[in-house]
Amino acid sequence: MNINHLAIAPILLPLATAALMVPLSERRRTLKALMSVVSTLGTIAIALTLLSYADAQPPGAGATSVYLLGNWAAPFGIVLVVDRLSAFMITLGSIVVFCGLLFAIARWHGAGAHFHTLVQFLLVGLNGAFLTGDLFNLFVFFEVLLAASYGLVLHGSGAPRVKAAVHYIAINLAASSLFLIGVSLIYGAVGTLNMADLAARVAALGDSERMLLETGAAILGVAFLVKAGMWPMCFWLPTTYSVVVPPVAAMFAIMTKVGIYVILRLWPMIFGAEAGASAYFGSEWLLVGGIATVVFGCIGLLAAQDLPRLASYSIIVSSGTLLSAIAVGNVGVTSGALFYLASSTLAVSAFFLLIELIERSRMPGADVLAVTVEALGEEEDDVDGADPVGVAIPATMAILGIGFAACALLLAGLPPLTGFIAKFLMLYALFPAGGVEAAAVAPAVSWTLFAVLLASGFAIMISMVRTGIRVFWVPLESEVPSVRFLEMVPIVVLLSLCAAMTVAAGPVQSFMQATAQSLHAPQGYIGDVLSAPRVQPAPSGVVP
Amino acid sequence: MEIILALSIGALAGSGVWLMLRSRTYQVLIGLSLLSYAVNLFIFSMGRVRTGAPPILKPGVPETLANYTDPVPQALVLTAIVITFAMTALFLVVLLAARGLARNDHVDGRES
Repeated sequence: MNINHLAIAPILLPLATAALMVPLSERRRTLKALMSVVSTLGTIAIALTLLSYADAQPPGAGATSVYLLGNWAAPFGIVLVVDRLSAFMITLGSIVVFCGLLFAIARWHGAGAHFHTLVQFLLVGLNGAFLTGDLFNLFVFFEVLLAASYGLVLHGSGAPRVKAAVHYIAINLAASSLFLIGVSLIYGAVGTLNMADLAARVAALGDSERMLLETGAAILGVAFLVKAGMWPMCFWLPTTYSVVVPPVAAMFAIMTKVGIYVILRLWPMIFGAEAGASAYFGSEWLLVGGIATVVFGCIGLLAAQDLPRLASYSIIVSSGTLLSAIAVGNVGVTSGALFYLASSTLAVSAFFLLIELIERSRMPGADVLAVTVEALGEEEDDVDGADPVGVAIPATMAILGIGFAACALLLAGLPPLTGFIAKFLMLYALFPAGGVEAAAVAPAVSWTLFAVLLASGFAIMISMVRTGIRVFWVPLESEVPSVRFLEMVPIVVLLSLCAAMTVAAGPVQSFMQATAQSLHAPQGYIGDVLSAPRVQPAPSGVVP
Repeated sequence: MEIILALSIGALAGSGVWLMLRSRTYQVLIGLSLLSYAVNLFIFSMGRVRTGAPPILKPGVPETLANYTDPVPQALVLTAIVITFAMTALFLVVLLAARGLARNDHVDGRES
């Protein structure tokens, strides 16, 4: 089989599934769930195939495959590009979506209409955004992704969710306007929307065009940073993520990473060392903004009164950590940041799922979250059958406690799990064997990042331990939460993926290192995209 | 013509932003719509302002840029119009739901 055609499969498969599901009646929920699971598993399989192809490439190689849509040559037509980073992001995204989906099938998918259709459209948008090699197509896939996410935020309905959705939609529509302004300014200045072509043309721009390009890039950057949740554009995030239904929140753990992905993809490519006068444009903004985000996230964590809010602020902390690490512009730090991205996405996703199970036991009169109480109260009536909560698996509380501890270790970056390895890699790259000077990073930056990384880990640990004591070390007033087996599976999958990454840290690290290398030396990528050959019609064809 | 175009984009964007910062949901919706009109005009203007030049090739006219206008921003603007229109419609539905649940049209769901 031609591997080249596999590049479009992660978009087509969920799209076709979603299209088939639209006319199906809501009563056929089991069928829809089955279709959704099969399609998502298929996407994971495709993503893993693409990942293995990408991993087989020599380090520093450019794109694995460039898919010319409509068989138009690269700078004029639209391209899909698979390389290490996009294959990795597709895999991560589809795994997170799959786990959320599995969790939802146990209980939550009946809380509203079209859940499975929206999840598939979310997957289309995510995969498209990770694969596209064209700025305007990125906008289109962002809108697909966002439209699905609006529906998912509203899933389960209720006043708090609708209120959060109003804010979420308004801020995202405003950000989309900024996105369009940025894209059109860049087109006006450079005359291309293809990312690779753009990067190739930056160094040769005149001064007036350069100013327009930088303005456009800054406006575009603001649009992505709103999605990534950089301070001061992140106030929508905790409110939204803490009221949406838990499986959706778990899927949304990948959504902020889409903004991070775009920055990771575009910034080193367009404003890398080869960009002439624009080299490293905006790095100080990313750095300062990233650090401010971490500080804001830590304050929010320490002040958080309930578990969903705690998880939302830990997303902000991880976004800030990633942004400030990317801003350093060093291959080693970027590879550590990629490791951290995988680890924190899986951990936060598992944490959101875990929270719901923990909150279930504390339901009667437990803390401030009247929201969930209300939503679950309605939910109880919807679940059909005589046994609405399933069979209690033994030692539930102990398993939940172990899961909670694992999440705390992962998020705070304590040994032995991946959180620690990722932070260690970043710090090791900042302070290599030859001393601070050998890292080619200003020592002040290195020391600031050092302090920020460790202090944020400390803040996460304090808040997690405090919450853990409050939740687990109390006399059992209410009965042990009833947890279905199906609800434990996604949490176990997510956490054991982190454990597997800890065990196989060597191969994962060398993959991340190769990814970071090709990100910081984009000539291979640019060359591969611009010289991608068109498919010639078969000689025996009926073409006149 | 450039002045008129620039002024109208500025007026639309300015009133859009002002309305978007207001406290009633309907004002926010209209603000977002006005902002999207401004953005659409802006995208259009990024293909350089030309009159009397078609964006598609015509037989008999030499295929040089002097005879044509840039078709890409026009294609982009079409896509952007469709998407923002759909999103505005969706937002309107959510606003109506919020109004029904909160019994008022404040963006935070409560007066004060």
